[in-house]
This record gives sequence, structure tokens and C-alpha cells, in this order.
Amino acid sequence: MKEEIIIAGFGGQGVLSMGKILAYAALSEGKEVTWMPSYGPEQRGGTANATVIISDEKISSPILSTYDTAIILNQPSLEKFEQSIKSGGTLIYDGYGISTPPSRTDIKIYRINAMDAAATMKAAKAFNMIVLGGLLKIRPLTQVENVLAALRRTLPERHHHLIPMNEAALRKGMEIISPEN
Amino acid sequence: MADKEVVLMKGNEAIAHAAIRCGCDGYFGYPITPQSEILETLAAEKPWETTGMVVLQAESEVASINMVYGAGAAGKRSMTSSSSPGVALMQEGIAYMAGAEIPGLIVNVQRGGPGLGTIQPSQSDYFQATRGGGNGDYNVIVLAPASVQEMADFVNDAFELSFKYRNPVIILSDGIIGQMMEKLILPPFKPRRTEEEIRREYPWATTGKSKDRQPNILTSLDLDCMSMEQKNIHLQNKYNIIKQKEVRFESILCEDAEYLIVAFGSAARIGQKVIEMCRQDGLRVGLLRPITLWPFPSGEIARLSRQVKGILSFEINAGQMVEDILLATNGRTPVAHYGRMGGVVPAPEEVLQALKEKLIK
Repeated sequence: MKEEIIIAGFGGQGVLSMGKILAYAALSEGKEVTWMPSYGPEQRGGTANATVIISDEKISSPILSTYDTAIILNQPSLEKFEQSIKSGGTLIYDGYGISTPPSRTDIKIYRINAMDAAATMKAAKAFNMIVLGGLLKIRPLTQVENVLAALRRTLPERHHHLIPMNEAALRKGMEIISPEN
Repeated sequence: MADKEVVLMKGNEAIAHAAIRCGCDGYFGYPITPQSEILETLAAEKPWETTGMVVLQAESEVASINMVYGAGAAGKRSMTSSSSPGVALMQEGIAYMAGAEIPGLIVNVQRGGPGLGTIQPSQSDYFQATRGGGNGDYNVIVLAPASVQEMADFVNDAFELSFKYRNPVIILSDGIIGQMMEKLILPPFKPRRTEEEIRREYPWATTGKSKDRQPNILTSLDLDCMSMEQKNIHLQNKYNIIKQKEVRFESILCEDAEYLIVAFGSAARIGQKVIEMCRQDGLRVGLLRPITLWPFPSGEIARLSRQVKGILSFEINAGQMVEDILLATNGRTPVAHYGRMGGVVPAPEEVLQALKEKLIK
């Protein structure tokens, strides 16, 4: 298998760390992974994106212009990446702040209201884990257990008490993601 | 795999861990995007508490390279890292190291230029690395990693080459390889050399005067032009040996290739995707990836130039390595260049289109 993913949204939403956790989880299953951030002069509130490639084979280019799956977390990113999804590919987007919803008919579109769910759960920082849960429901690229193991491995010990909240967020995401077409 | 340490890491972090693990004695550097994680990782790892490796944030790049000069002269494995404009500042020190035959490692995680340029990736320091920004007839061995694994592995390789030939070595990377994360098998730990080992293995090193030998003087200065010429002849002989023995390249699907892409570092990764796309279209395109940019794999490119109908030099710059390809091919086959500048990185489709427009037609 090979999955080419773009995750794009506002800086500060956890776009880069979500990609990192996904890459780490896939790595622990013996997959080849590449995580490439956009590292321009980004700042909180600006746009940020990360390309994540997960494959059984060695990965060639970390730089892509088309993707199997796009996870879109704000309007500017939707405008930038909607046309870059391969025909038959998958688009997952958070409806919060989206004024013009995606319009393509040759891809599978899913909506996940993760921003709202994070507010309800009073877990704003676990927003990205809700989105990741949604992704894993649609594209089971790795087991939830591996994501939790990746969190345990990447989070400093002092933050380990947050892991149950992250797990709840992952499960929530799996529950609330819904197809749009 | 069980006994290997497999981690997910940025290329920059890999360099730092590899330095600690290969017995590096000292790192001297000054922060600059996109390579600051090298210094940051070293500071976080605190190797001075474990291996005794010195990590110092110098006051400038000029200070850093001269600290590398000093430590290298004492036979220590010493290194610095920077990005393009920072490496520009180091050129005098690099030329002095080449002249005085002092080993040391310089890592350049390139960004777009000229001048302060931008912080996004570029390969526009090919000339700076292979031709030298310093003065005089000198060469620096240049290694171009194309993966996070090679970022780590080339640190030890660079030190080995550097001490074998008493010559500075550059690892020429860029913002893509520096910033991206990939699977990495951490290299094994190797102890730092003891003072006694340094005295024994590097009798030229300035380890302190002892009664049984004359003082070791390491300098690039010699006011007697006849002896300076002899020194130059010695250097040129050494460079010729390096050219004969140390050329490294990777050849992918070149056996039956009708067209060839030559690309190094991150461009080679993009180029690999291009040849995958070509092969799906039934186009027989191969990729030659120079791993050493100096010495350049001229012989292999000359050989392939008799086989292929055209060569595309794909570099993330305005066309620098293409000059070495033109020299190697000597007019035997059409040679074209494709690249983007100023921090723009082309996607594989763009390179494929350029290949078709410029060569396959």
C-alpha cells in the first residue's frame, strides 16, 4: 500500500503534530514514512501544512502535487488543495469556518465537526486527535493502539496524563465523521 | 530489526545524534534556519555529560569555523553547521583548513539565495561547495545526502574521509532533507578517540610538544613561493588520489535507460518519482545520483553519455552541476537543465514535463 496525504490548516491547530503522530504510528508497524512540513515563515494563525506518505515500499519524492487523501481544516487550505486530490481520492474537512464547501464530485468527501466537538469536550488541544480519529475511521492506515503508543513515545512524561483525553478524542472523531456524498 | 534503534526523526536531528554517536569531539555553530535543530538537538542531548563532546554556540559563523580549525588541528573530530549565507561567511576558514590540511566537517543545510535569500530549500550552493568560495587551488570533499538515514550515516563517513585525507569535508544538504522526518536506524555508538590514540594515529596534530619530536606547525602560509608551489603540488596529488578512490554515486534503472536524469540530494528523491512515472508510461528513463559532488562521478556520466539520447540535469537552482555534466559528456549527447530558484521546489510532474519538452519531445 501507499497513501499520500496532505494535512492543511491554521498554524497552531496541531496540523504538523497530527502528521507526526500518524507517521510515528505507521512506522511502529514497520511501514516506510515521510513527513514533510511546510516550514516557511509560518506563525500561529497563518496557514500550515504537512505532507505525510505511508508506504510498504521505500518512498521516493517527499514533495508532491497530488494526494490520495486531503485533511483540510480551514478555507484557505480548501482553496489551495481541493483540486490537488487524485480522482477517486478522499477529502476530509472540518466545517468550522468553511464558507464555500468542497464541490468536487469525483472524490469521496467527509465532514468532521472537530472544532465543535473539541469545544464540547472542553479539549481544544485534542482537536487534531479528533480529526485523526476521523481519518483512521475512513482510512484505517494504522491501529488506534499504535497512535496511543506513539503519543506515549513522543509526549514528554509530564504530559502523559493527557493520553486518556487524546484517546477519547480519537474515539470521538471516529464517531462523528460523516460522508457528504 | 529488534536490536536496532529505529526512530522517526528530522534530518537535522539525525545529524546531531550521529555526531554524538560517531565520537565527535566538538560542535561549534551559530543558529540559522533551516538547520537550527542541529544545535538545538545537541543542546538538548547534553553530550558533554556523556561522551564529553563539546557543544558551543559561537558568536558568529566566522568564529565557528575557526574553532573547527583549532580543534581539528589538535586532531579532534570537530564540526560546524549552518545554512547558505552562514556557510558563505565560513569560506575563508575552509580555504585555510584546506591549505593547512586540517580535517573537519562543515554541514550546509541549503536555503535559497543569493545573499540572505529565503529560508526555503534550495541547492544553489553547488558551486560554493564544489568550487569553493575561498581562495587558492583547493578542493573540499562534498557529500550529498538524499535521506534522513544518509544525513546520519554521512557524519561518520565525512569524519573518516576528513582524517584519511586531512581535508575538510562538506555535507551539502538542504531544507527538505533537514526538515523532513523519516525512519532512521541510529548508528551504533563509537567512543571518542583518547589523547593517546590521537597522538599515535595523527602524528601531525598539535597535541603539545614532546621531547621526541619537532614542533608540529599547521599553517596555510608559506612566504617562499618555491616551497608554496611544492605544497600545492602535494595538494593536487592528494586531490587526484581522492578523485580516483572516493567517487560515490547511486545508479537507478540506468542499465536500459534511453534518457538519464542526473540529480543529487533532495532533487534525486523527486527525480526518482519522475522515473517511476516515466516507467509507467513506458519511457526508459534512469536516474544517476552523485553522492560525492566532489569528486564528481564524471567517469560514470561519460560512460552513460554513450548510451543515452539525452541527459537532464535536475537541480533546485539555476543550473550549476550541469556544467560538470557538460564537461563529462563533452558534447556526446544533448544535455539540458531544469530547476527552480529562490526556495521554490518543483513537484515531480513539473520535472517530467521539462524532461519531455527539453529532451524527449
